[in-house]
Amino acid sequence: MNALAVEIPWGVLLAIKAVVILAVVPLGALVLGYTFLLKMMSHMQSRLGPMDPGGFHGWFQLIGDGIKFLQKEDIVPDEADRRVFALAPTVVVISTFLIFVVIPAGPRLQVANLDVGVFYALAVSSLSVIGVLMAGWASANKFALIGALRAAAQLIAYELPLLLAVVGVVIQAGTMSLQGIVSAQQDGAIFGWSGIGNPFILTQFVGFLLFLIAAQAELTQTPFDMPVAESELVAGYMVEYTGFRFLFFFIGEFGTATAFAALAATLFLGGWSIPGVHGTAADLLGPLVLVVKLMAVAFLMFWVRFTYPRLREDQLQALAWKVLIPIALVNVIITAIIKVAI
Amino acid sequence: MSTTEQPTTPGFEVDPAAFRHLADAQVNVELDTGDMILNMGPQHPATHGTLRLVVRLDGERVIAADPVIGYMHRGYEKLTEFRTYPQVTTLINRIDWLSSFANEVPFVHAAEQLMEIEAPPRAQYIRTALTELSRIATFLLFLGEMGLQVGALTPAFYGFRDREHVLNLIEAATGGRFHPNFNRIGGLKDDLPWGWISETRNVMKIVLDACDVFEDLVVGNEIFQARTRSIGIIPGELGASYGVSGSNLRASGVDWDLRRDGAPYLAYPDLDFQVFTHPDGDSFSRYWVRLQETRESARMVLQLLDGMPAGPIMAKVPRIIKVPEGEAWVETENPLGQMGYYVVSKGATGPFRVKIRSASFSNVSILPWMLRGVYVPDVVTILASLYFILGDIDR
Repeated sequence: MNALAVEIPWGVLLAIKAVVILAVVPLGALVLGYTFLLKMMSHMQSRLGPMDPGGFHGWFQLIGDGIKFLQKEDIVPDEADRRVFALAPTVVVISTFLIFVVIPAGPRLQVANLDVGVFYALAVSSLSVIGVLMAGWASANKFALIGALRAAAQLIAYELPLLLAVVGVVIQAGTMSLQGIVSAQQDGAIFGWSGIGNPFILTQFVGFLLFLIAAQAELTQTPFDMPVAESELVAGYMVEYTGFRFLFFFIGEFGTATAFAALAATLFLGGWSIPGVHGTAADLLGPLVLVVKLMAVAFLMFWVRFTYPRLREDQLQALAWKVLIPIALVNVIITAIIKVAI
Repeated sequence: MSTTEQPTTPGFEVDPAAFRHLADAQVNVELDTGDMILNMGPQHPATHGTLRLVVRLDGERVIAADPVIGYMHRGYEKLTEFRTYPQVTTLINRIDWLSSFANEVPFVHAAEQLMEIEAPPRAQYIRTALTELSRIATFLLFLGEMGLQVGALTPAFYGFRDREHVLNLIEAATGGRFHPNFNRIGGLKDDLPWGWISETRNVMKIVLDACDVFEDLVVGNEIFQARTRSIGIIPGELGASYGVSGSNLRASGVDWDLRRDGAPYLAYPDLDFQVFTHPDGDSFSRYWVRLQETRESARMVLQLLDGMPAGPIMAKVPRIIKVPEGEAWVETENPLGQMGYYVVSKGATGPFRVKIRSASFSNVSILPWMLRGVYVPDVVTILASLYFILGDIDR
């Protein structure tokens, strides 16, 4: 078919896929952490510190932070449940790894093209709450426990608007496979004009907004960062973690942000696709296109994060159940009616 | 139990009604969760230092909160008895360390009253200007800090950034950013440096702009309003009976400002300024009142610069200061509220006894009343909106 269609033994293929997935999460975390946490936030808040290390534009800051974490003493509280305590960060990061399994970066660049890709991604993303609960419980710290319970309540509440926001896309695309959703957008047409395909953000903008809001809550970012709430719970479920384990949570946080940005880009912005580009060219350009779209979405998410104050737990639940879910349901119904009518 | 006339099943001699009651009791026992005692502080970011709050929680709701103070007690009232009058100002600089200059003023006034001398008008004007500048510096920090406490990172950095300009002014005039120790009994240490007045005019523009930014970024934010409106309400009369003072009391609708209503001091009688009150008494109104007062202070500084008289900055005082026997009570409107010194002199070079009435001590005394029934996040909001300095509580 094309140059990439070389026969690769399945074992080697599996190894390549594993390495890619293992590399994507820390890399994504690094890129997002660098671009948004350090650069964008520093510009927004006129911070001087992160602009200094390493000379040019503070490029060394994040690496320095990483080295700092590795040097830190690994402290486990006396009362902690040691095994659960040690396992919790891993569980959080694993859920991030699992999301990337289904995100396509090109027509053939995907670890597994599941028929229920969307469903799988959203289901796996909520696994992290188990890790959070484990961390909060095993730390034997009241602040950590409150943080973990808040996280559990919040992630359960926002799972629903997240799913319902995606249902509109699934109805429109007629498939739950992420690859299918991408090609539906690439090959679609707006009233017969197929110049830019049919990115679902045009028809599903309500869904897009809901997805972003709910993703913000899933990521426990401001204005929904009750579980970590630095000013009251100090760092919530992460409060007892130091050094490398804290770094794991950090990677998990930004890795998941990358994953959700990639999901939003795939579902609403057409993912890797450029209209009219198929085959090997799409495979080569795909990752780049995906990254550009992903960064655009991530910019929105972090912009909100660094601007808004935090909601209270009860206000946050009220927003989910009284505002987001009804809007999402109406959106689904309208989409379904239009789909059937046209 | 089984002495009723109705026959009962053997082995089931318990009255069914009583049994049902017992079952209900059992269920209630199982559903009742114990209270959790959460120890906030002494090391906790929301307590600006070393305030400790022992909070009894039912879920996220506070049943009772008990502030524990004294972790920073430095015994200043006792220490003053072993210092000369000029040395005491060094100590009291460190009571409310964010507005140190304003701390010095009432003590120096008390000593001047006892010695029956008065600082020359230029010194009074400079004192007033520096007091208002320290008020602006304190409030700018508050305006940002409050944003941080409700979860927005950005305002905090703006607050620190804009406060820096004001601190630079204080440093240029006094030589110290935080602890000026600039007041002398009978006047000031130095005159203003060259160019200070024009630079202050520029900085006041920055401050007024910063206030507009905070108005847009924080006050106008829906989430901030949702978090602070009707949270931590202090009824005006109750607040006054607890000794709450300053902006906290004015935010409860009590129109009381010592700069206007107290015994005339410094250059305040010459100034034209407005006292802001807010009828609500909640956290939001405390933020709003401080925002308006920051603006008003900037305008007052501009007025002072326009009307700055020429002349000496020091009255004639003996080289070794001995304060005649007597007692004096001087209270001023400090950034945190009413600050007073009761100075007892026995004619020596140092005070015999000094009683310090600091604003934050009385302001936090209302905390147990306020914190009952609120949620954990509101505890932080209320603490931030009361705006206390630990040095001002513990002394």
